[in-house]
Amino acid sequence: MTAQTTDLALELRGIDKRFGAVHANKSIDLRVPKGTIHGIVGENGAGKSTLMSIIYGFYEADQGEILIDGKPIQIKDSKSAIAAGIGMVHQHFMLIQNFTAVENVILGAEDGAVINESIGRATKELKHLEKEYGLNVPLHQPVEELAVGYQQRIEILKALYRNAKILILDEPTGVLTPQESEHLFKVLKTLKDQGTTVILITHKLREIMAVTDNVSVMRRGEMVAHVKTSETSREDLAELMVGRKVLLRVEKGESNPQDVKLSVDHVSLTDDAGVQRLKDISFQVRAGEIVGIAGVSGNGQSELIEALAGIRNINEGEINLNGQKVTAKHNLSPEQVRHAGVGHIPEDRHRMGLINSFSAYEAFVLGYHRKPEYSGAFLVKRDHIIKDCQAKMERWDVRPPDPFLRTANFSGGNQQKLVIAREIEQGPDVLLIGQPTRGVDIGAIESIHKRILEMRDAGKAILLVSVELDEIRSLADRILVMFDGIIVGEVPADKADEKTLGLMMANIVPEEIKALQAEGHA
Amino acid sequence: METFVTIILILDAMLRNATPLIFAAMAGMFSERSGIVNIALEGKILISAFAGAATAFVTGSPWMGLLAGILATIVFAQLHAFATVTHNGDHVVSGLAINILAAGLTAALGNYWFGQGGNTPNLVNRAEELNARFQPITLPLADWANQNIPYLGYIYFELISGHYVLVYLAFAAVPLCWFILFRTRFGLRLRAVGENPQAVDTAGISVTKIRYAALLMCGILVGFSGVYLAVALTAQFSPNMSAGKGYMALAALIFGKWRPRPTLIACLLFGFLQAIADRSQGAEVFGMAVPVQLVEALPYILTVVLLGGFIGRAVAPKAIGKPYVKERE
Repeated sequence: MTAQTTDLALELRGIDKRFGAVHANKSIDLRVPKGTIHGIVGENGAGKSTLMSIIYGFYEADQGEILIDGKPIQIKDSKSAIAAGIGMVHQHFMLIQNFTAVENVILGAEDGAVINESIGRATKELKHLEKEYGLNVPLHQPVEELAVGYQQRIEILKALYRNAKILILDEPTGVLTPQESEHLFKVLKTLKDQGTTVILITHKLREIMAVTDNVSVMRRGEMVAHVKTSETSREDLAELMVGRKVLLRVEKGESNPQDVKLSVDHVSLTDDAGVQRLKDISFQVRAGEIVGIAGVSGNGQSELIEALAGIRNINEGEINLNGQKVTAKHNLSPEQVRHAGVGHIPEDRHRMGLINSFSAYEAFVLGYHRKPEYSGAFLVKRDHIIKDCQAKMERWDVRPPDPFLRTANFSGGNQQKLVIAREIEQGPDVLLIGQPTRGVDIGAIESIHKRILEMRDAGKAILLVSVELDEIRSLADRILVMFDGIIVGEVPADKADEKTLGLMMANIVPEEIKALQAEGHA
Repeated sequence: METFVTIILILDAMLRNATPLIFAAMAGMFSERSGIVNIALEGKILISAFAGAATAFVTGSPWMGLLAGILATIVFAQLHAFATVTHNGDHVVSGLAINILAAGLTAALGNYWFGQGGNTPNLVNRAEELNARFQPITLPLADWANQNIPYLGYIYFELISGHYVLVYLAFAAVPLCWFILFRTRFGLRLRAVGENPQAVDTAGISVTKIRYAALLMCGILVGFSGVYLAVALTAQFSPNMSAGKGYMALAALIFGKWRPRPTLIACLLFGFLQAIADRSQGAEVFGMAVPVQLVEALPYILTVVLLGGFIGRAVAPKAIGKPYVKERE
């Protein structure tokens, strides 16, 4: 990049930020030319989000300079960032759920003390933006009733309404279907053509390759490379991110399915709020195969895995868990499910898998603490638990291998390993795995994927729920796609390209797959 | 005619009983809609009742009493903000502290200044020609209407006319609060802070300022409530005279799902039950004396039962009770 300073929309010089002992950003330099889409990639914890928060005025940098259009400016809060023409679409949307789109857009940018006028002006302005960029949203409905794709558009509209010249998007596609992502990228390209500068933060290298002009790579708080997208590749970027060669796709041998270990037969589930989450679901998982469940998050996958794990009760149908029958009238508790030889690696390790303030050795017996192996007549067998934990940590390469360290102080990948190790070491026949690599580094993803495949080859029946299509495609032998509580269809792994899965995630089944399914039923 | 008069008198009492609840519930609405739990309403009522009565006695003016009562609750509301917003303290603990402080402080100061066991002297004293109590307002033509128009005239005379100015203010406050909360920039931001403070922060608005401002509104409104109790409804302050009204206002607020009109209705319902309770002293049903305590407990029982399923879930502001700390990821 040899652009003149005046052609730069944004320039960072020596940005440095510490949080206590953590050095989150180490003397970061960044040059983003005007009217380009600039990608920033890096593993979790590489410091991308911190850097963006500094640009958006959420944190103040300890040192360094920020230049907008070649002029140094002070960004001490979000207000000054907005005034400088910076807009940000956060990973977790910054929307007021019970406000309408218009109310969300005007919040903080009202025209006067009474809001009626602002609402009128914003409605007009938003209709105009809608036409210009294809950003249509229902304007007067509470946001909580809208799909996430719309919510994201509202975030973009918020920035545009404030005349943002630089738009930062933090992991924007995590919650979108491939088609919605496509639409988003089209919008970004239109914005770019109109002169807006876009900064795209993501860990999905394919998206970087597809839309960006330049890429900057962060690793452990440092900028390690700035490259032109046209002159790099996914493999190169991955290597830059991790600092060593990584396999983006694990080697997978043929599966060898045996007996049915888990069967789900016409199961329906209605939640406490009266919403039907699962509608007449049927499928089977055999020993020695991985069945993947794909879908945009919130389409019943969580409810399905929780029903199987005994956390939720089903209303109709029958589940056979490794020989144990479950019906609406006959439920198993999570403990009984474990007893039946079913391991559960929950989707959200913070909410269900771990207790953050517990030490690693305590975390290692959660859910199994009543086993005679760990529990005496009155007291737990603490010494044994600690020794056991130590051995498992070494086997699973949990770092640091310290049984006394509090769970919260492990990195995301190591926390996940704690949970996976705990469940697998109990030797279950069936494994229910939810989002095994959410918030886990690329390096750790590789090793977790290998372990899951080892389990398959060892003859376990594995049900894998993930919103990461790449993950599903590289691990699963068969893929079921869920949409709005139903199973839209089944795709064998070798037929599961991005486009097919994307369409099915929006409840459209391609003819080819229909034919395959008809064959299967015949 | 006698039943008619009884009904009107009960409704009349309902308005009187509901007034302090309305002020306090509207005060609570500003606070809770901005995300700050306010069980301190009880203590604040007590503070403003004391400050109001003491000042009215010393100055001889109920209006000075009102001013002092409001100033006192503003101070305590800002204290609550200092604990919960600036120092991210637990809202319930801060609220409880204020309640305990208010109960002790008012009684102790009252005893020290006036030496009447914590009471303030009576605000109406013929011998010293003192009348520092609010006077009921007779609306135009009330007497004439009562004498010349059957029924409607009596309703006008007894139910509409003849209340303290604060009663009328309470009913005027409800639409005003609605307008502020739902039609102004301040209200929009305040409601947003109670739902998702981080979103407000990223929109370039100071969460701290909005919450302090919300508690300022809260202080002003709840000030009316206490002054009404001590300087209008009765003519002196006595220790613990708030007698759970702050909690009842909070119940009305939850019952009304944090919305002005349903909250007003809940306040009126509680006021009505109180009026029935007062009337049913010594009344008998099927030859059994009705325990007054039971009737007095009705608002609370009703709240528990109705919230327990009959009116559907009350959805509180999402960020209520959570201190806003910029998260370190």
